[in-house]
Amino acid sequence: MAKRIDVSDLDIYYGNFKAVEGVNVSIEPRSITALIGPSGCGKSTFLRSLNRMHEVIPGARVEGKVVIDGQDLYGADVDPVDVRRQIGMVFQRPNPFPTMSIYDNVIAGVRLNGGKMRKGELDELVEKSLRGANLWTEVKDRLDRPGSGLSGGQQQRLCIARAIAVEPEVLLMDEPCSALDPISTLAIEDLMAELKERFTIVIVTHNMQQAARVSTSTGFFNLGGVGQPGHLVEFNPTEKIFSNPEEKATEDYISGRFG
Amino acid sequence: MTTTSAPPAPAQPKRRLGDRLFAGSATGAGILILVVLAGVAIFLVTEAWPAITADSADLPDGKSLAAYIAPLLFGTLLAAVIALIVATPLGVAIALYVSYYAPKRLAATMGYVIDLLAAIPSVVYGFWGIAALAPAMVPFYGWAAEHLGWIPFFAGPASTTGKTMLTAGLVLAVMILPIISAISREVFGQAPALHREAALALGATRWEMIKMAVLPYGKSGVIAGAMLGLGRALGETLAVAIVLSASGGITFNLISSSNPSTIAANIALQFPESSGLAVNALIASGLALFVITLAVNMFARWIVTRRADFSGAN
Repeated sequence: MAKRIDVSDLDIYYGNFKAVEGVNVSIEPRSITALIGPSGCGKSTFLRSLNRMHEVIPGARVEGKVVIDGQDLYGADVDPVDVRRQIGMVFQRPNPFPTMSIYDNVIAGVRLNGGKMRKGELDELVEKSLRGANLWTEVKDRLDRPGSGLSGGQQQRLCIARAIAVEPEVLLMDEPCSALDPISTLAIEDLMAELKERFTIVIVTHNMQQAARVSTSTGFFNLGGVGQPGHLVEFNPTEKIFSNPEEKATEDYISGRFG
Repeated sequence: MTTTSAPPAPAQPKRRLGDRLFAGSATGAGILILVVLAGVAIFLVTEAWPAITADSADLPDGKSLAAYIAPLLFGTLLAAVIALIVATPLGVAIALYVSYYAPKRLAATMGYVIDLLAAIPSVVYGFWGIAALAPAMVPFYGWAAEHLGWIPFFAGPASTTGKTMLTAGLVLAVMILPIISAISREVFGQAPALHREAALALGATRWEMIKMAVLPYGKSGVIAGAMLGLGRALGETLAVAIVLSASGGITFNLISSSNPSTIAANIALQFPESSGLAVNALIASGLALFVITLAVNMFARWIVTRRADFSGAN
């Protein structure tokens, strides 16, 4: 199901404010792409523009193109709701629905897609998704309990299970480990390495070691100054970014000389 | 052998004056509300006692106390339930529109207007009911008696004045609408962005997002609002006294001119002309209202806490 993402000349606006400018990038299928950069540089906004979640904020719009396997996400007849059904997202803070059981959380997306499934099929899907998120053995005895009773790391894996249950083409992760302890972070990183076989993953992270550990390609975002739009400074294989970056700004950032 | 010395007494935390004053006044306020409640309960029981123990022949209409209160209680509950059935969905819909659909400026204005509705005195609602709503409903009652007469609620004969149980229930519905919608709006507005975004990111439309992340979160608030509204509807006196043409008798017929009265309206209408045991009987009916209201509130609490695990508060 993994798909390739092509972004060309993408500008993102919030009202009159230009948040991100001139992004050109190609993201390969079945890879993990990490986006790094200082706070406020637009990497999260860029990530959200890949499933049109930035439009939740009134006045947000884009210029340019985002094409996933030949389909323009911002085409005139494209419904953002459909886009989000194909592109899963995991957020910074784990957000399982507190009013739903673990079981219902996993199938929440499937229910939305209107798929009428028999109980047996649903059971299978729940088990498969939870196993896919390395959570099955921990929760299989309490599927009817609320998801909010789990630990933070478990909740985040539940959210990943919820996202992959609908077999999305792309999985976006917005700092998925920044609210987690190192053990839970490791669990999520191991999981990402497995998910890479099936999905195209884009992750925003503030943790450069994490970017270096998990990703195949890395994009560095930066902004010229306060009030100016963020832009993609450099996009290269992760190895190159962390050993021999093309841009001076990238080297300064990853070596801790600023930001 | 070493002797174990007594452990040092735990250090007394320093009691500051401000803390003591605040703790004292808060405790006092808490106790005061219990005293007031107990006082009301004791008053009702002692004043109602002569009627409870009296021989039925001495009571008004020569009926037993239970037979006296039953139709009133029935009327009270019927009017309040009609009001609740009409006002709750409408109030929730208004709250959803204001919090998630209306343009920002319109939403703010609508919020004010709704709050203003709550500030209108009940006598005004009563006049509106008798002067505007009741006559306007008469044609509908005639039509309903003719075409929907097979439903017990619309058995007829239709009232020609419009002073029916349904009219009273609708007036009460308008009165409790602002309470329900104001409280619902408050809780819907607090539904966490985290969970709303989770729903949207799964590909939920706005309505699906509301179903997944807003309504379940706001459910206990809606119930609380509905119960507050129900409390007001149960106790509302003036509007019902003005609007309802009461002649006693238990009936589900909502559109005829013979209706059971409500406890509060009956007390207001009968009290000035009553004396002796009749007053005690009225107070006994008040006691019944007190108990019902208490039971309704406890039932609402039970609903709210029943699935506390899933409430979203953890």
